[in-house]
Amino acid sequence: MAKNSQVIEREEVVIRFSGDSGDGMQLTGTLFSDTAALFGNDLSTFPDYPAEIRAPQGTVGGVSGFQVHLGNSEINTPGDFADVLVAMNPAAIKANAKSVRPGGTIIFDKDNFTEKNIEKAGYKADPIAEEKLENYNIIAAPVSSMVKEALKDFGLDPKSVLRTKNMFALGMVYWLFDRKLKYTEQYFDKKFAKKAQIAEANKVALRAGYYYAETIEALNPVIKIEPAQIAKGNYRNISGNAATAWGLMAAAEKAGLKIFIGSYPITPATGILEELAARKDLGVKSFQAEDEIAGICTALGASFAGNLAVTSTSGPGLALKSEAIGLAVMAELPLVIINVQRGGPSTGLPTKTEQADLMQALYGRNGECPVVVIAASTPSDCFKYAFEAARIALEHMTPVILLTDGYLANGSEPWRIPEMKDLPEIKPPYADKKEIPFLPYKRDCETLARSWAIPGTPGLEHRIGGLEKTLKGTVSYIPENHEMMVKFREDKVANVVAKIPDLKVWGEESGDLLLVGWGGTKGYLRTAVRELQSEGYKVSHAHFNYINPMPKNVREVFSRFSNIVVAELNLGQFSDYLRMNYPEFVYNQVNKVQGLPFTIQEIKEKCIKILEEK
Amino acid sequence: MADQQTLQYTPKDFKSDQEVRWCPGCGDHAVLNAIQKALTEMGIPKEKFVFISGIGCSSRFPYYMDTYGFHGIHGRAAAIASGVKTANPDLSVWEITGDGDALAIGGNHFIHAIRRNIDINIILFNNEIYGLTKGQYSPTSEKGLVTKTSPFGTVEEPFSVGELVIGAKGKFFARTVDANVALSTQIYVEAARHKGTSVVEVLQNCVIFNDGIHDVVTGKEVRDDRTIILKHGQPMIFGKDNDKGLVLNGLKLKVVRLGENGITEKNLLVHDAREANPGIQYMLANMRYPDYPMALGVIRSVEGKTYESDVEEQINGIRKNAKISCMDDLLLSGSVWKVE
Repeated sequence: MAKNSQVIEREEVVIRFSGDSGDGMQLTGTLFSDTAALFGNDLSTFPDYPAEIRAPQGTVGGVSGFQVHLGNSEINTPGDFADVLVAMNPAAIKANAKSVRPGGTIIFDKDNFTEKNIEKAGYKADPIAEEKLENYNIIAAPVSSMVKEALKDFGLDPKSVLRTKNMFALGMVYWLFDRKLKYTEQYFDKKFAKKAQIAEANKVALRAGYYYAETIEALNPVIKIEPAQIAKGNYRNISGNAATAWGLMAAAEKAGLKIFIGSYPITPATGILEELAARKDLGVKSFQAEDEIAGICTALGASFAGNLAVTSTSGPGLALKSEAIGLAVMAELPLVIINVQRGGPSTGLPTKTEQADLMQALYGRNGECPVVVIAASTPSDCFKYAFEAARIALEHMTPVILLTDGYLANGSEPWRIPEMKDLPEIKPPYADKKEIPFLPYKRDCETLARSWAIPGTPGLEHRIGGLEKTLKGTVSYIPENHEMMVKFREDKVANVVAKIPDLKVWGEESGDLLLVGWGGTKGYLRTAVRELQSEGYKVSHAHFNYINPMPKNVREVFSRFSNIVVAELNLGQFSDYLRMNYPEFVYNQVNKVQGLPFTIQEIKEKCIKILEEK
Repeated sequence: MADQQTLQYTPKDFKSDQEVRWCPGCGDHAVLNAIQKALTEMGIPKEKFVFISGIGCSSRFPYYMDTYGFHGIHGRAAAIASGVKTANPDLSVWEITGDGDALAIGGNHFIHAIRRNIDINIILFNNEIYGLTKGQYSPTSEKGLVTKTSPFGTVEEPFSVGELVIGAKGKFFARTVDANVALSTQIYVEAARHKGTSVVEVLQNCVIFNDGIHDVVTGKEVRDDRTIILKHGQPMIFGKDNDKGLVLNGLKLKVVRLGENGITEKNLLVHDAREANPGIQYMLANMRYPDYPMALGVIRSVEGKTYESDVEEQINGIRKNAKISCMDDLLLSGSVWKVE
């Protein structure tokens, strides 16, 4: 292939592929991300798709997008604004016009800008003019007719021909960023190993797009992004849901236990169940239950029977599981409950992200019912925190709720692959086979965890259940016993603090402002703080992954900053939780409840406003 | 499994140190005795028995058994038991439930456990009333029953347990009477030996809130004439003097008298619990007084693959030829690149 002589280097770029939900935009974005990752860029992706499987074609409701942010240094977010938008139809312009950086590049399929489609998208005649995008770098490519021409000798039906439009567009983008086609070509050779003609058609369309962009000099100069300087090791791209599933399997292997998942499909958590269901080679037992309640109850049964037991869900499902979480608290059995948060309440915004289930996770049950709550903060650290959730559940004999969100679940990023030997051991407190009679609620004096006697073990027969018990497992209504047991369960969860790391400060250890967040917003807060620091502000970032209990040094960290700003995608649930636990500090809030991640800009503006008011 | 000869249990071995707190005269006491007796006859080591229950009077059952036990939440015993058995197929898993627990709040789990054919034994205490909450109608209460929540009589049609089990593709259904310990013991042993979900409906008397509800068929004076104990391979004969039987008349069952109109034992239906087609078993399960005798015994017992054995089989099959056999293999599978 001809090398373009005019090449400029840039540090980072954001590209958004957008089209009808049938246009294959998720695949296009994924293939582009894989090529960038294999080249050595750091990146972050964000798929954005409609809840309806196929909303009416050509409408804004049916637009499916995939954004990828790549660069030659650390990339923490999928980016606020796109430098390049690929729009397969007018509706994609309508949906994304506001999120293209001023003066950015817009590639669209002009064959698809028919009168009918323009009207369907809500325009009169000219989407570009009506959105006032004339000054942008507009590339109106005849994608449909070009692929028809390129594939005319293949003898494919017209539908199959048009299905390669996304590859033509991808080829154009590869040229814009001086990328090799070989990884994508290899993908097609493998994917369609038995349908050589389809593989070839896609490759031809891909190359046709590449050469077309070259011929028209779609972007001059071409943008080149050098590989990022990253730590040595093996890398792969991983999504949050896959990382969650893998973290759980890693924990099972470390603990020497079989893993059982009882779950019910729910967006955006289903990927975890799917990922685990596929891993029969690792002995995973996956149980697709009749409902959310059966999901957790089968898991609880499996936990009683001695497995690492897991149930995965999203907000509405967590609500249904509440009573069974209470039973797990009472029975003091290890159980991991994953809540991939989405926009709520009720059915809410199933495919959009939000952090509004925090209070539900902490308190959404009857009685004094403490559970450990932890939260993952990037797609790849879902692995680490799923592992942690399992470790804490097993070693402390308690249910643990792991909070992720739709944004983490479907987003992906390159991940340095850990080796199993480097992960911590997990040692559940098994009952001593010689200690007969077994006392089910006798506790370890340090952790207060009871010991685990697995059915099938001779001599350790015992009964547990939802009624209040004594040490021996006898049902008891004695007032003092109930209060003592309530406090034991509370203290057992609180004692987990001894086994979790301190809260870390990113940036200076003291300063004018500490930006505080939790869970999936980490990349946005980190980027905002980095930019504020480079602009001269004395700002640092502290991000919570352990929510109940919180790390022991929180008060000490907070006291070193003049201002605390808590940013979260809800109306202020974590702020309120901090106010309750550390009332001596003033908490400023940045909140957003639009089903979307933060933008760097809105966080920065709020921080600057607070700093300048002082 | 240990050698049956070496396992010499008596019912006492299965009694826990807990004081049994059911009302004096409650039918549950007899069920407890029959199950403790049945467990001695199975050749299964004690530590492999697990009793799971939901909520209700009967669901206190696990506390009285010196086995592994888990007293769950209302309606969910079938789901918990499904998890226990799938996680460890080596255990003998029993679910103790009632008509409210299994058929109202837990109806969904009940039918799906049966559909999957998980090898658990469901003992359903049917007293046609909510006892623990002190006397409200249940999904098996006869239409018109006056209770605290139906002071003018219920206006709901009741479920028939057997009909529901067969409708959910159930492969084992039996019915017994709490007080008949000999018949019950035999049925519990058969239920345990059956591979797959076994449902045993126990006509159980709530002495406080629905006393005598089953007496019309199970009363000492009338039971021989108003019930029929079905035995696989045996003609369907009943009655105090063994003078009545069942025949098929067109597409319906019909009660006949032996000796009348030349009818002999040879004309009677022979019970076939192992017939996969549930047609006749369905009619037998639905027989009610006064038109018919109520059927007791094992009504349906059909072999089939169980959920948990299919799960194990699938895992073992895949593992045999798998390229990935540990987490390190998985972590390094697919598109991986090395940064030097």
